Amino acid sequence: MAKIIAGVSSSHVPAIGAAIDNHRTEEPYWKRVFSGFEWSKKWMAETKPDVVIAVYNDHASAFSVELIPTFALGCAAEFPPADEGWGPRPVPVVKGHPELASHIAQSVILDEFDLTIVNKMEVDHGLTVPLNLLFGSPKEWPCPVIPLAVNVVQYPPPTGHRCYMLGKAIRKAVESYPEDLRVVIFGTGGMSHQISGPRAGLINSKFDKAFLDNLSKNPQKLVRMPHLEYMREAGAEGIEMVMWLVMRGALDEKVEEVYRFYTVPASNTAVGHIILENKRKAASKTKRTAARAKEAVRRS
Amino acid sequence: MRREQHDYDDIPGTFVFDAERSRQGYGINMFCMSLMKDANRKAFKANEAEYLKKFPLTPEQRDAILNRQYNRMLELGGNIYFTAKLGATDGHSFQHLAALMTGSTQEAYAKMMLEGGRSVEGNRSRTGKGAPKAKAKSKTGKKSGSKRG
Repeated sequence: MAKIIAGVSSSHVPAIGAAIDNHRTEEPYWKRVFSGFEWSKKWMAETKPDVVIAVYNDHASAFSVELIPTFALGCAAEFPPADEGWGPRPVPVVKGHPELASHIAQSVILDEFDLTIVNKMEVDHGLTVPLNLLFGSPKEWPCPVIPLAVNVVQYPPPTGHRCYMLGKAIRKAVESYPEDLRVVIFGTGGMSHQISGPRAGLINSKFDKAFLDNLSKNPQKLVRMPHLEYMREAGAEGIEMVMWLVMRGALDEKVEEVYRFYTVPASNTAVGHIILENKRKAASKTKRTAARAKEAVRRS
Repeated sequence: MRREQHDYDDIPGTFVFDAERSRQGYGINMFCMSLMKDANRKAFKANEAEYLKKFPLTPEQRDAILNRQYNRMLELGGNIYFTAKLGATDGHSFQHLAALMTGSTQEAYAKMMLEGGRSVEGNRSRTGKGAPKAKAKSKTGKKSGSKRG
């Protein structure tokens, strides 16, 4: 049986991708951002998931205004990086997992989530930046990635509750897949930012920190948060954070927060990142205490 | 026809890209999307007004594009991820557009971001009506209504 072992959330700021592509990660401004992912890369290398499900949004790259699917699940064998106007990012082609993806599609549609199945799609920085942050810049991505594109560009995006429930349906689908696969789910985007109109540049660290706290300990407090509150408090584009709730819904109600990072800014955006693990049922008490002690050190 | 009013229209300095704006701004956004191709970028730069004839645009939308009025484009149905492609075609960084939209200089905008960004205090609500409601639901809601400079 396949299972979801952990969830990762991360911002997907395009300038982070540009900093990687232009070899500027050692500059003080960017080092501040990238240093927050050093531990995460080690965690990822040790966790070695068999598959990643990456919840992200497209930014007028694969989808224009001609077609605006609320949830689009990538079932293809591969997803080339999109040309976002400066040529495609020099990152590996994202290899999918068509068998698991189509199994998920079939399962969640019968669970009443009428998502769109995509068999041909290019992926933009929304997907590839988080892959870089968690995997670095390898020649090939170390595991297959199933993209789940969520419309957060045209209002209204799906509600936080809908996203959370889709996460639960995805978990059910994964757990009914016969092969033993260890799956990590990503929720990307955010945190607070507004890049449009006279209010552009808005950042709300207080909101972001409360969001991270609740995501970890009290997700029920977030699932009914109205879109208006996201936009008012975290900026018009901060509404992307509903995607983190797909990730959260796919995890246990109670999780172990193993890592968190937050910094302002990366260009126009507050960068937030969290790693949540499903508690291992077999884990001994001593192991858990040790993990908690480690966590205290990591959370600076 | 007057725009239908929504709760989010109370957020200051914000044009939410909703279904109505998306419908009205289809031509703006499809024009911007066409700029993903180099040949189109060149054709546009060679004769902007002529190139724009290929898209269904109102005279107001056409003028906003030709005059690079980025807030006006958003108001008339453009979406920032699309209009940013016009900025890129002009060779501008996103920060240049952000400075234009916020009525700031690029230097001042960059400085504001480095100092932690624009505060939400005083930037939650046009009318002040939205704030008490937000306060009841979240602990972050505070008095608002005055616009921050």
